[in-house]
Amino acid sequence: MKGNRSIAVRLIFVITLWSTLIFIAALGYNYYHSRAVLEGELESNARNLALSLANRVETELVSVSRVVEEMSVSLETGNYRDKRQLNNLLSQTLASNPNILGCTAAFEPYAFSRSSYGFASYFYREKGSIAYKELQQTYSNLPYFFWDWYQIPRELGHEEWSEPYFDEGGANQLLTTCSVPFYEKRDGKRRFRGIVTADITLNSLMELISSVRILRTGYAALFSRQGMVLAHPLKNAVMNETFFSLAESRHDTGLRAIGRQMISGKSGFVNCTNFLGEKSWLYYAPIRSTGWSLAVVFPEAELMENVWNLTVVMAFIGFSGIVLLSLTVFLIARSITRPLTTLAATSRTIADGNFDLELPQVKIFDEVGVLTSSFQSMITSLKEYIRNLTETTAAKERIQSELKLAKDIQASLLPRIFPPFPERPEFDIFALMHPAKEVGGDFYDFFFIDDNHLCFLVADVADKGVPAALYMMVAKTLLKSEGQRLGDPGKILFHVNNILAEDNESSMFATVFCGILDTATGEVRFSNAGHNPPMLIRSGEVSFMGSTPGMVLGPIKNAPFATGSIILHPGDSLLLYTDGVTEAIDRQGGFFGENSLLTFVRQVPFSDSRAMVLTVREELLRFSLGVEQSDDITLLCVIYRGLP
Amino acid sequence: MLFLVFLLISPFFRLHAAPALKKAGLVTLWQPQAQFAGYYVALEKGIYRKHGIDLRIIPGVAGRASEDVLRKGEADFAVLWLATAIQERSAGTRLVNLAQIIPGSSMMIVSRKSAGIKRIEDLNERKVGLWDGTLSLLPRLLFRKYGVRVHEVRQSYTVNLFLRGGVEAASAMWYNEYDVLRHSGVDPGELNVLFLENYGLKFPEDGLYALEQTVARDPELARDFIEASFEGWRYAFLHPEEAAGIVIRAMQQAHIPANRSHQLWMLDRMRDLMLPAGKKEFDSQLKKQDYEDAAHELQSAGAVRHIVPYGEFVRRVHEGQ
Repeated sequence: MKGNRSIAVRLIFVITLWSTLIFIAALGYNYYHSRAVLEGELESNARNLALSLANRVETELVSVSRVVEEMSVSLETGNYRDKRQLNNLLSQTLASNPNILGCTAAFEPYAFSRSSYGFASYFYREKGSIAYKELQQTYSNLPYFFWDWYQIPRELGHEEWSEPYFDEGGANQLLTTCSVPFYEKRDGKRRFRGIVTADITLNSLMELISSVRILRTGYAALFSRQGMVLAHPLKNAVMNETFFSLAESRHDTGLRAIGRQMISGKSGFVNCTNFLGEKSWLYYAPIRSTGWSLAVVFPEAELMENVWNLTVVMAFIGFSGIVLLSLTVFLIARSITRPLTTLAATSRTIADGNFDLELPQVKIFDEVGVLTSSFQSMITSLKEYIRNLTETTAAKERIQSELKLAKDIQASLLPRIFPPFPERPEFDIFALMHPAKEVGGDFYDFFFIDDNHLCFLVADVADKGVPAALYMMVAKTLLKSEGQRLGDPGKILFHVNNILAEDNESSMFATVFCGILDTATGEVRFSNAGHNPPMLIRSGEVSFMGSTPGMVLGPIKNAPFATGSIILHPGDSLLLYTDGVTEAIDRQGGFFGENSLLTFVRQVPFSDSRAMVLTVREELLRFSLGVEQSDDITLLCVIYRGLP
Repeated sequence: MLFLVFLLISPFFRLHAAPALKKAGLVTLWQPQAQFAGYYVALEKGIYRKHGIDLRIIPGVAGRASEDVLRKGEADFAVLWLATAIQERSAGTRLVNLAQIIPGSSMMIVSRKSAGIKRIEDLNERKVGLWDGTLSLLPRLLFRKYGVRVHEVRQSYTVNLFLRGGVEAASAMWYNEYDVLRHSGVDPGELNVLFLENYGLKFPEDGLYALEQTVARDPELARDFIEASFEGWRYAFLHPEEAAGIVIRAMQQAHIPANRSHQLWMLDRMRDLMLPAGKKEFDSQLKKQDYEDAAHELQSAGAVRHIVPYGEFVRRVHEGQ
């Protein structure tokens, strides 16, 4: 179950993590890119808005300054010394320009008439009609010469718009005055004669600017040449504060720098904290004729609100998607891991040997489905295999029991009672045959041909197992029957060879050493059909008996087999063996070898044939300790004792 | 219950219990602004009432000199410059100095750095904005003293002419016009400033004056008025934001532009002038030396004929600090 959880958890973790990371990266890029695009658009929007507003203000101001300039031209060219003439000009100008609230022609001391120090004729609108007064009478505290509207254009010598001011009537009208100096030629010199002005109300312009709404809280604002607030959402600041005093109240030196740019007639686009304390984008543009500065303020938060909202919605969609994705991954992971878990449990049960299991139904042929069906066929195959194996094992066991039986039979065919001839003291004989497999190809035999002649032989059928055993049976039977009939080893082997070669389709063969001991004389006549030479042990000396090895029995018909002869003295013995002895293998794969056998036999003292054979056999067992016997081992020892 | 009733009617008891308030009028030099914060604060915070005075503040306006208001008896007390008071006394008005508010002078001549006016001498042949009346007296004395001839241009109540470049130098009060220039976007680093006081002309400015007869009639009133006024100043300096608020309300009532940071600046400068260099207590007495120096300067300029002895000019009505 732990594995199950870890796959699902790992999948969810990795997929969720990566999809979240990718999503956040995409979202972040989207936000910043949108923001950048928006800011780019914003600047041009802000510029257009500011310029169009500035243009509206400018148009109105310029139309007024034209009127004043025309009056100044009239005053210069007409020279106006007559009050009636002058007043006609002023009143007519006022009457024909409804946007003008009042106009003045103010003269330098004694410039209008030599009799009066100051003269300023002022026509203005009052309660729907045009009223008149002379400012030299009303401006008694501070003569009109020293008011900004007169003094500044006089000193500067060019047209000036005054700093906006509230009208004295208390109607809360914001006014500004356009003043144009006019001159006269006297004594060939151009001399300053006075100032002609027009007052206009800024209320409608201020309303226009105040009515500008950018998004929800964005606004337009207007500042005078000296930074005085003329229009701003901060109503208390209007005509009370300047851009710089507001900046000072906010302790914002950056704003002061922006303000200085504004009043110096520059335009620009900056990001700042506005006087309402909001981060905003500010575009400012100058109003050339008055030196005022118009600003449009775009609140950054609102501007970015849409981008932000979009980002939030995207984030919501994205994260919901990721949650759904995780859920889906979990379900898929579970749909994979659940059959896998079942399969794992099943395989454990199978490992315990229980094949009769229900596997989950395969509904979808995906990898897990294929695995399940493969598992199913594996179980089927395993079941089949195990059934076959059981049958084979049963057959094998039957064969093996039969082979055991065959071995027993084979063993029973070899003389196994020792001493075989207790009534004959002139010789002593002992033999053993240990087959490598259940039934072997080696055999030995000994029997009396007549009273004085003992035939003894050792044979080795090529190959081992059942065929060799059968061949051995045939060879043994033939050798015994022919041996008893013929009495000469060479002849015996010749005849047996011919019989065996007759129908030897399987090309089997056998090596045989056959000897006949004359128990009376000790003479041994012998013949060798390709067998290992026996060992002669005489007076402690051990040597290989120099027998001429003939052809093996079986393959070739009419092969000649010579008969040799040797006289055994009492005490002499012969040791016959098969190649299973000399070719016994130790752990290192080395053969026991003929010399080892020779040396061993020479060193081992023995008194009878039994001791001799068993000692050699023990030595072989010791030599081949831990190695499976590879070939049949047959040993036969005959000791001649002579007649008593 | 009884307690509640007592609470409700207690103001009436107090009203009847307290001695009747003495009515008095104070005329200031100019419209409401932090230059007169102490009086407005003392009025607003009930300090004058506490001293038994029902004070009325008469703001100064253009074309109506405060000394005229005092002379005509329309106000009992006046804020006047020493130079004005000396001239007035010399002209026959029997006014006395009750206390000196600003012991020094805060008048200056400002110019743009670009004009290169670093010393008084640099003003020679320049267009200089000068106020009317006593306010032009000081710079003129100084120009004469340094042998400087300037092209005088009469300066109005604004600094606009200077800002527009109509004059190269302008008169300014440290606590007022100098800050107006800053608030019009001129950085202090762009200005050269000549404090008149630094050129050997010490003309103490705001002082509190009354006619001799007023003091003789009710010396306690004069004493209480002076003490309450200084208490008002003390309160204003301890609570500058509140004081600025009080001044701004007075300005709004008078329908004049009110700018909080400017009023705070002005109040700060008033403190610098009234409590110079870490002083804890007001130096409310006009110094004899300062009086005589100023009087002799005026006499030598021909502005006054004879000088009233210090002892007659100054009247100590309160213990002072």
